[in-house]
Amino acid sequence: MLSLILKRLAMAIPSLIGVVIVTFLLTRALPGDPAAYFAGPAATPQAIQEVRVKLGLDKPLIEQFGHYVVDLVHGNLGTSLTTGQPVATELKNRLPASAELTLLGLLVSIVIAVPLGILAATKPNSLIDHSCRVIATLGVSLPVFFTGLILVYVFYYLLGWAPAPLGRLDVFFTDPPHITGFFLIDSLLAGQPDLFMAALKQLFLPALTLAIFSLAPIARMTRASMLSVLSSDFVRTARASGLSTYTIIITYAFRNAMLPVITTLGMVFSFLLGANVLVEKVFAWPGIGSYAVEALLASDFAPVQGFVLTMAVMYVMLNLSIDILYGLIDPRVRLEA
Amino acid sequence: MTDIAVTPPRESALAALIKHSRYVIGENPVTGFAFALFILIVLAAILGPHIVPYDPLASDTSESLKPPNIHHWFGTDQLGRDIFSRVVVATRLDFFIAIASVALVFLMGGLAGVAAGFFGGWTDRIVGRIADTIMAFPLFVLAMGIVAALGNTVQNIIIATAIVNFPLYARIARAEANIRREAGFVEAARLSGNSDWRILSFQILPNVFPILVVQMSLTMGYAILNAAGLSFIGLGVRPPTPEWGIMVAEGATFMVSGEWWNAFFPGTALMVAVFCFNLLGDGLRDMVDPRRRT
Repeated sequence: MLSLILKRLAMAIPSLIGVVIVTFLLTRALPGDPAAYFAGPAATPQAIQEVRVKLGLDKPLIEQFGHYVVDLVHGNLGTSLTTGQPVATELKNRLPASAELTLLGLLVSIVIAVPLGILAATKPNSLIDHSCRVIATLGVSLPVFFTGLILVYVFYYLLGWAPAPLGRLDVFFTDPPHITGFFLIDSLLAGQPDLFMAALKQLFLPALTLAIFSLAPIARMTRASMLSVLSSDFVRTARASGLSTYTIIITYAFRNAMLPVITTLGMVFSFLLGANVLVEKVFAWPGIGSYAVEALLASDFAPVQGFVLTMAVMYVMLNLSIDILYGLIDPRVRLEA
Repeated sequence: MTDIAVTPPRESALAALIKHSRYVIGENPVTGFAFALFILIVLAAILGPHIVPYDPLASDTSESLKPPNIHHWFGTDQLGRDIFSRVVVATRLDFFIAIASVALVFLMGGLAGVAAGFFGGWTDRIVGRIADTIMAFPLFVLAMGIVAALGNTVQNIIIATAIVNFPLYARIARAEANIRREAGFVEAARLSGNSDWRILSFQILPNVFPILVVQMSLTMGYAILNAAGLSFIGLGVRPPTPEWGIMVAEGATFMVSGEWWNAFFPGTALMVAVFCFNLLGDGLRDMVDPRRRT
């Protein structure tokens, strides 16, 4: 097992190096002179030259890259021009909001999609199978920001069940004491159930939006993988031995069918992290996505670069942990390693 | 001397295509439906600005924020512009962005992938490494970063969407070229003294082409979604240009006060277009590769 983890870690290193190179090159591709850009519109040529020397832009590209890597190792992602704050600090403060939203969205999605996929596979061509297919196709076609807006219209404006789509907490509440940064967990740890409910109400619609978005691939994969497992020899043997349908589906088929689904989660995360940016914009969610969007529109490049790097590193790490999880669940992978 | 049996006149290529298309549409009504929708979208993209009842940019403040009615089928926005006209006119831009980005990635990814699969060795390693690096990013996030770096224009949205799709095309083209590398007809071409480049262009590429075309129609939907997502967060297309993503973004503020039609109609147009391309892509894939039918 240890060798598997080490081997997989070694495989993640080239990806990380690639990510760092690409984010570095993205800054160099800035239109025009980066020094003039960082010095601001009213800068004199002398000031621009000063900025160039200060940023090290007069040095060869390789040396600049070296400085960039050294900064990264020290956790320095540069400073935002608009807020004047270090990018790393702001990303760190806003990351829990995004993580809480994304993870809850994924959880809701799994809770709906996996049973749906199993039911569709056990009763092929039934009503539930067809509705599973329709939901999967629709889910792929729905623009995630549009789903979010429709949900806001229905649940906030028409029904009045949801609070206004404005951030993590209603203005009447104050944030729970910072422990994990996840409001749902922190409010419970602080023993404030009303705060928990308030946070959950705000979270519900954006999380549901993300869930609808990621429902399709998970349901489709669960269905396909269940179908192939249900037609395998060991399931036939189990049936022939007279085991109950429940035991066959849950104990035998489900556990084997989950493996490809876990692999799909990697791809789902790629889409989910991107969709997160759009959902944060719709619900004015104070996460790293809306931070990056604000910076993008203000042509403030350091936060965007930091954001892209953070997202990519998180994504590489997620894929890494999915692979390791896979090894933990499936002994065959361990034997191969 | 007996006459050689008269060969039946060959059907012209066009007639054969029509016959085949009719057969496919007859087999699968959903594909037929998607195809009809596709024609509608293409017509809207070509004729759009000439057939709409109002100027998509003309504002009329006395008519602002009117719900759908007999004069304005989709209602009017905060400046009194006719939403129906704007949605129809926007088709051209959205369609163009999708087509251009897919064509670009078809060229880049297809050629790089075929070269990687055919030559192997270093070419293969470099293309594979580039594809892996792109895949290490969440795709939409990378597209945001690329647009931010290259500049906030429609052209760069097209480039970003193409780059993000590169690994998909490169991998498919690589796999397809790789299995044909040692095929009989390639060996035959090689033995008759064709150079590598000639074999690549005249033997391998034409064979990989149909598979990539299917991939194009499958990724069209994603390309539209990606571009609309970028313009939704304010990249690329600038107001007052009619474009579905930006229209949804402009209508978003009215969703909470109940003026749903501002965002609903452009959003629905977007959804229908993506749905159409996905169905069409599935249908085309069934035609080219029936084994992968789901």
